[in-house]
Formats: sequence, structure tokens, C-alpha cells
Amino acid sequence: MGKLDGKVAVITGAASGMGRASAILFAKEGASVVVTDLNSQGGEMVVSEIAAAGGRAVFQRTDVTSEVDIKAAIDRAVKEYGRLDITFNNAGVAGAVGELENIEARDWDRTFAVLTRAPFFGIKHSIAPMRKSGGGSIISTASTAGIRGVAGLHAYSAAKAAVVNLTQSAAIALGHDRIRVNCICPGGVLTPLIYRGVPGGEEAAERNLARMQPIPRAGRPEDIAAMALFLASDDAQWITGAAMIVDGGVTTGNVRIRMEQLGTGGFSGPSFER
Amino acid sequence: MGRLDNKVAVITGAASGIGLATAVRFAGEGAAVVIGDLNEDGGQSAVRQCRENGGRAVFQRCDVAAEADIKALIERAVKEFGKLDVIFNNAGLGGAVGTIEEVTVENWDRTMAILLRAVFVGMKYAVPEMRRIGGGSIISTASVAGLSGGRGPHAYSAAKAAVINLTRSVALEVGKDRIRVNCICPGGINTPLLYNRLPGGQETTAQFLSQIQPIPRAGLPDDIANMALFLASDESEWVTGTAMVVDGGLTAGAALFDRAGAPQLTVPGGFSGPSFEK
Ligand SMILES: NC(=O)c1ccc[n+]([C@@H]2O[C@H](COP(=O)([O-])OP(=O)(O)OC[C@H]3O[C@@H](n4cnc5c(N)ncnc54)[C@H](O)[C@@H]3O)[C@@H](O)[C@H]2O)c1
Ligand SMILES: NC(=O)c1ccc[n+]([C@@H]2O[C@H](COP(=O)([O-])OP(=O)(O)OC[C@H]3O[C@@H](n4cnc5c(N)ncnc54)[C@H](O)[C@@H]3O)[C@@H](O)[C@H]2O)c1
Repeated sequence: MGKLDGKVAVITGAASGMGRASAILFAKEGASVVVTDLNSQGGEMVVSEIAAAGGRAVFQRTDVTSEVDIKAAIDRAVKEYGRLDITFNNAGVAGAVGELENIEARDWDRTFAVLTRAPFFGIKHSIAPMRKSGGGSIISTASTAGIRGVAGLHAYSAAKAAVVNLTQSAAIALGHDRIRVNCICPGGVLTPLIYRGVPGGEEAAERNLARMQPIPRAGRPEDIAAMALFLASDDAQWITGAAMIVDGGVTTGNVRIRMEQLGTGGFSGPSFER
Repeated sequence: MGRLDNKVAVITGAASGIGLATAVRFAGEGAAVVIGDLNEDGGQSAVRQCRENGGRAVFQRCDVAAEADIKALIERAVKEFGKLDVIFNNAGLGGAVGTIEEVTVENWDRTMAILLRAVFVGMKYAVPEMRRIGGGSIISTASVAGLSGGRGPHAYSAAKAAVINLTRSVALEVGKDRIRVNCICPGGINTPLLYNRLPGGQETTAQFLSQIQPIPRAGLPDDIANMALFLASDESEWVTGTAMVVDGGLTAGAALFDRAGAPQLTVPGGFSGPSFEK
């Protein structure tokens, strides 16, 4: 018995990284999945992989900057599988990167179109079919950059913060319809989004990411997929409006003071006493 | 195949409410569970329910205000089942209630001993055991009352906020040992902690709790048990230092147009003890 038996999911950005891992896991847990992406070749490969493992999935080419495309992806789910239970707004890019004074308005807008406007479209067009299903689970991929800004990722940080807050306002509005709206804030996860174009590629990125947070390994797409599965399943029936952090502890704080410098054990008294 | 096969868990406050639901859920997923509580009858009944759900469980009477009791609870897990993978620091009560000038220092200290010091002590004795086996998962029950003011009594709110930040600081220290430290912030859950203390009992409380957040039903112990299960399992291997909110949307924000007549709670002053005591 799967955790998503009988459920139908649409996942954007499912040709690669976290979206791909989630599509594979959702299908393994019994969901029928509409795999969507700009990347048709990658998307078709994910569908074949799911089919080979005995799961159900179809690919639909989708540019998430287009409202028409997102609506079509959701319509496809209903046409193909009869209903909609889960929408995972996950497609993403790093977008306008670099120094603030060099960011062009056009690149800022493109970043927001992919990272913020697309989840809005995803939520908007999921409401009607989910109401018909008697409820549903909408999940978006935000980021730890949406909780604390990251210099060099100005547009990205702002766009992801918007996703967190949109999640909350939508959750309040849709709770009565049993439509749950949550987001996930990943830390540094080893996907092409991170290692593409980085000197040293995947291996160097993995080594760097392993040192970034208390848990001494890079995040994996599967870490995020596991949280997405939890939020998609009925185990999370009473969870809405939440921003679930999955980051190996990177936002937990900073180890600026090593404990040894404060002495081993004991009690640090009033500062005037020696 | 269970999600906690071969894992050993200690759960405090497992005779009732959230802890009880979690013990039964863990047992059903293959864990061996040590149930710690002040309440012996409830604890024995929890053991039976765990066994009926297909798992192994033992009860040990424990007052979480006593360091020695928590230490003994963890030792019991190791003695009985060979190791410790998961500790759920969950025992709790309302504690010192009333306005700030009504709260006595004595009641303040009792509240802190149960809601905060016990969590520290649980972590302190769990860490070496978990390090020995190459990792583990520490979970504590905080509350939405730890995220903002006005969602619980003063001492309770302060203690729960402290649990959240203790979770973070310990997570930083023990991540390298693959020990994960997280807490859960429940919203209004219909357990004896609330319904034994509110006029009207369980049904009135359910009615009240169904109206206070976007999802129109009261929180259930299983809602929290499901999150505890996720945090205890290897599915959350890369999750640490977090405060997972499970509240039906209670803290998501405000609605511009609030539904009229949102219900209010009034609780008399004093000390609200363990929910099984009348
Ligand atoms: N990798 C990280 O460290 C990290 C951290 C935090 C958040 N995120 C977020 O996670 C999500 C998934 O990213 P990933 O790391 O798996 O990267 P990825 O590059 O492996 O996957 C992203 C997918 O989105 C697709 N995509 C991009 N633009 C699109 C568009 N306009 N329309 C349709 N599809 C489009 C890409 O083709 C790709 O398949 C993104 O929203 C990203 O911002 C990633
Ligand atoms: N019910 C809610 O709405 C709610 C909301 C947020 C957080 N919480 C927290 O959840 C946790 C569990 O509470 P619950 O709602 O399941 O209540 P509950 O009263 O049903 O269960 C709490 C258990 O803790 C035990 N306990 C109390 N003091 C103890 C002590 N000194 N030593 C050992 N055991 C002791 C009680 O006997 C009881 O079995 C608590 O930490 C509580 O603060 C509850």
C-alpha cells in the first residue's frame, strides 16, 4: 500500500533535481504523475523511468512563465487521470545573479516570472479541481534564501520570500476547502542548478556543500522529495501555511564561538569575577 | 516493512494525548518504545496499545522534573532494547497560569523544570547514547505558544520559546555526529491537557478548536504523531534544527476579513498540573 494510492499529482520542473526525485517517489507511492518541464527530453526520460518501475506518469511540456501552459498541465491531469490532488510548484532557476547594481530589470522580472508568478498560477488553477476532489495539497519549493537573504542572489532571495508569504495567505484562504498550501525551504542541495557551470562540477560542489551545515553532507534531491511526499500525503492532513525547512541545519545559526573557547563544561560567572 | 524498523525510542508523557498517539504510531512502524510518564495507569494502558499495534513497549514511571528519572529512562531503553535511536521529549502541562502578577515564582520554576529543563536533560543523556551508535533523532514538543505571545500562559510561552532555541543550538553542536535535533510546534490539539481543564470537556473543546484556524477541525494527537514519525525516521536524515509547525494554519497569518465571533478562551489563575490529575 502506497502513501499516495489513488492520488493524482502535477509536478513542475520534474525533468531534473528535486522535481525528478519527487516524481519518481510519488509514483512509487502510488500516485499518477503529470511530469512537466521545459526540458522535453529529460521529462520523457523521467516518465520512462517511472513506467519501467511499474508506475503511472505522462509528460507535458510546460513553460511555467506561461499561465496557459500551467493551466494546460493541470487540465491534462484531470483529463488523463480524472482528478487533481497534489500540485508541486517546483520549477526553478537561479535567475538574475550578481551584484545589485548590475541586475537588469528584465532579468529581475524573468526571475520573478519563474519563481513567484508560476507558483501563483499553480495555486490559482489548482483550486477548482481540488475543490471538486474535496481537498488537496499544494506544495511549492521556496528556499532558505527566502528566509534569510543571500548576497549575490538578490532577485532569487526576494522571489523565494514571496513564495513563503504567498503560501501563508493562500493557506488561510483555502483551509476551509481542505486545500492545504505549504512550501519547502531547501538548503544547498546537489542538483544541476547548483553545479552547472561551477568549476570542478558536481564533485567540487558536493565537497563544498558538505561543509556548509551542521550535518556533514550535501543535500540530496531525495531529502526534499521525502518532505514533499510527507506534505502530499494524508499524514499532513492538518498542516497548512507552513514553510518546512530541510537544510541540514544551515539556518539554525552560526557557530561563531567554538565551545572550547568558552572552556569545557562548568559555569561562566559574572564578568567582574575572575 | 516499517518506517522505524529496529529503532528504539524513549517517549516522555506517553500515557496520554500526543505522546500516547506517537508511542502507538512508532510501535506500529516497528520501533521498540520506552514509555515514561507520571501516570502509571495510563502508561500501562499505553504499553498494551503499543503491543496491540504490533510493537514492543515497556512502561517506566518517570517524573521529568527529576534528572535521575530521565537518566534512568534512557538507561532502561539501552538495558531493555540495546540502544537508543530516538528520544521524544514531550511530557507537559499548562503550568503556571494567570496574569503576570498572579504567577508565583514557585509555579514559574515548576513550569520551567517540566517544560524546559526536562528537555535539556533528555538531550544531555541521549546524546552520548546516540553518538555510540552513529547517530539519532532528538525530538521535543514545543508549541505555537513558543513562536509568538498570546497563545499560552506566560511561563508556558517562555519555556516553549526556549525549547525552540535550545533545539537550534544543540543541533549545531551535534550535527557532525549525525544526531538530528528538531522540535514540533503544535497548534490546538484536543487532548486532556486542554479538555480536562476547560469547561464543557472534550466535545466543547473540539467544537472550540475547530473554529480557530483555517482548517476547520480540531487538531488530533495523530497529526503530531505523524510529524514525530517523519522526524524520527530516516526520511528526515537531512533535517535538523527546525521547529516544525503543525497547526492547521493557525499561525500562517491573519485574514483581512476575520470570521465574526472568533471564540476566546479564559482560564482561571493558579497552576495547571498534569492532565490526568483532577
Ligand atoms: N539546489 C538547491 O540547492 C536549491 C536550494 C533551494 C531551493 N531550490 C529550488 O528547488 C527547485 C528545484 O531546483 P533543483 O535544484 O532541483 O534544480 P534543477 O535545475 O535540477 O531542476 C529545475 C527544473 O526546472 C526546470 N525549469 C526551469 N525553468 C523552467 C520553466 N520556465 N518552465 C518549466 N520548467 C523550468 C528545469 O528545466 C529543471 O528541470 C527550484 O525552485 C529551486 O529554486 C534549489
Ligand atoms: N494540546 C495542545 O493543544 C498542545 C499544543 C501545543 C503543545 N502541546 C504540548 O504537547 C505536549 C503533550 O501534551 P498533550 O497535549 O498530549 O497533553 P496530555 O496531558 O494529554 O499529555 C501530557 C502527558 O505528560 C505527562 N506529564 C505531565 N507532567 C509530567 C512530569 N512531570 N513527568 C512525567 N510526565 C508528565 C502527563 O501525565 C500526560 O500523560 C506537551 O509538552 C504540551 O505542552 C500541547
